[in-house]
Amino acid sequence: MQSFEPVVLEQRAEGPWSGLFRAVTSGPIAIASLILLAIVLIAVAAPIIATTDPLLIHPTERLRPGSLQHWFGTDALGRDVYARVVYGARTSLIVGTFAAAASIAFGLVIGVIAGYFRMADLIIMRVMDGVMAIPSIVLAVALVAISGASLTTVLVAIAVPEIPRVVRLVRGVILNLRGEPYVEAAISLGTPAPLLLIRHMIPNTMAPLIVQSSFVLASAILTEAALSFLGVGLPPEIPSWGNIMSEGRKYFQLYPGLIFIPGAFLAVTVLSVNLIGDALRDVLDPKMAKRL
Amino acid sequence: MARYIFNRILATIPVMAVVALIVFFLLRLSTGDPAAIMAGDAASPSQVEQMRHQMGLDRPIAVQFFVWINQLLSGDFGLSLHSKIPVWDMIAGRIGPSLALSVSTIAFSIVVAIPLGVIAAWANGSLLDRAVMSFSVIGFSAPIFVTGYILVFCFSLKLDWFPVQGYHPLSDGPWPFLHGLVLPTLALSTIYIALISRITRSSLLEIMGEDFIRTARAKGATELSVVLRHALRNASIPIVTIIGVGAAFLISGVVVTESVFNIPGLGRMVVEAVLARDYPLIQGLVLVFSFVYVVINLVVDLLYTILDPRITY
Repeated sequence: MQSFEPVVLEQRAEGPWSGLFRAVTSGPIAIASLILLAIVLIAVAAPIIATTDPLLIHPTERLRPGSLQHWFGTDALGRDVYARVVYGARTSLIVGTFAAAASIAFGLVIGVIAGYFRMADLIIMRVMDGVMAIPSIVLAVALVAISGASLTTVLVAIAVPEIPRVVRLVRGVILNLRGEPYVEAAISLGTPAPLLLIRHMIPNTMAPLIVQSSFVLASAILTEAALSFLGVGLPPEIPSWGNIMSEGRKYFQLYPGLIFIPGAFLAVTVLSVNLIGDALRDVLDPKMAKRL
Repeated sequence: MARYIFNRILATIPVMAVVALIVFFLLRLSTGDPAAIMAGDAASPSQVEQMRHQMGLDRPIAVQFFVWINQLLSGDFGLSLHSKIPVWDMIAGRIGPSLALSVSTIAFSIVVAIPLGVIAAWANGSLLDRAVMSFSVIGFSAPIFVTGYILVFCFSLKLDWFPVQGYHPLSDGPWPFLHGLVLPTLALSTIYIALISRITRSSLLEIMGEDFIRTARAKGATELSVVLRHALRNASIPIVTIIGVGAAFLISGVVVTESVFNIPGLGRMVVEAVLARDYPLIQGLVLVFSFVYVVINLVVDLLYTILDPRITY
């Protein structure tokens, strides 16, 4: 008898995450990833980076131009704009991330229910059509009106208009999967519904959901800024990019920096998130990427 | 065809009914007692009770809903809590500026975006193509209020070509009317142009690889005729679809743009109504905005049959 040496495969199988990692760190997208990383670092290290307290009022130093002491100048109350923009990064990212996470989580659950349980589908999709027919800023503004501008209200107001898009996506994937042979096989083997959903169906929604979540995040950051800008968002004592711009509107003709500096941070952040989303879509969802 | 149009119009009823249901419960959820607000601060408890009865708030919620729907259908949107003027009259008085801004934005976006998309697809891979696509990516991410203020800074404050803010109705003459609309239209169009040019390019690129395009070229059709008559017409369905989908962005954008440029339209009215906690007015405005969105998408669906004769219902 001849014994065989076991063949050791040198080539390591590529995990699902390394492809994602490569997509966002190669080519021009690397710049967007670096910028987003920088914004995240600014947000995390805000207390270290900011030179002063963003809420500290200096009545004698109102509307000063940029100087060594106040890099971006001061606002109408004499607060340091640089410190406010740095802390604003924190607000924008936290509010955007939580709102996006909430809408993805709710959208996933509702979408799975709609896609799997035919009875619920009709009702859920009619409700989603109704929510989608209300333009997002209008719905968000109306939701804020119900219970006043607090952090929780604003989070809900940003998250709710995003939910239908996630539901539609997840429902579509689940509906398609129902016809797959391996799903039919699992059903015929008597796999209980929760196990079937968790093991065989939900993992398939992850790729499009990761792509979608980057666009939801960009949209959530924008909506927060828009609400605060309109004066119906976060309370003015919380420094956010939208709030800084909202307060700067009155002085725009003389001090355009009060709008342009936070506006530039906002635009660059949203652009980076959207670019990363595009790159992720190219890798994870090639069919959709081709269509756009 | 008539049957299809009829069915399609019928299909909008459940959507609007759900919107009405959401809007109705939005008011129910709101803190504060509408009867107490309506009766005023000086009202005694019995006067508030009387007002509650008068407003029908003491009846079962389902009955209240159907009474409310009935009123809506007969054009009664209730009274504003703030000014006590009928909500519908207030809304009707401010439709003009929003309508002008929306129409000019849709028209300008289509006129600019479709040629941009066609050129980008035709010159696929060239510097021009990449320039259009870069604009599209940036335009889609740029917040309207930032774009708006950049435009004001450049063209109003520095060059003094256009007014910083404000709105002139058409009755002031066509020139001031159009002059004031230029910057708001440009600001609001950015996102729409980005969206439409991107779809135009991609759907045209897809069509340009089809056999019938090769046939058209082979029979000696000019490049212009190939692109415009053979390709663009066949690419029109996704373009029209995105115009309908983009209507949601457009309406949200109107709210922000009117605030930036101080235009007295429905968008600014929403913000005013929220700040004043004027719930009947908010209800009316949400309904009107949703109705506009539903109607735009209805029109888009009906356009399919005209653009593509193969689609018959």
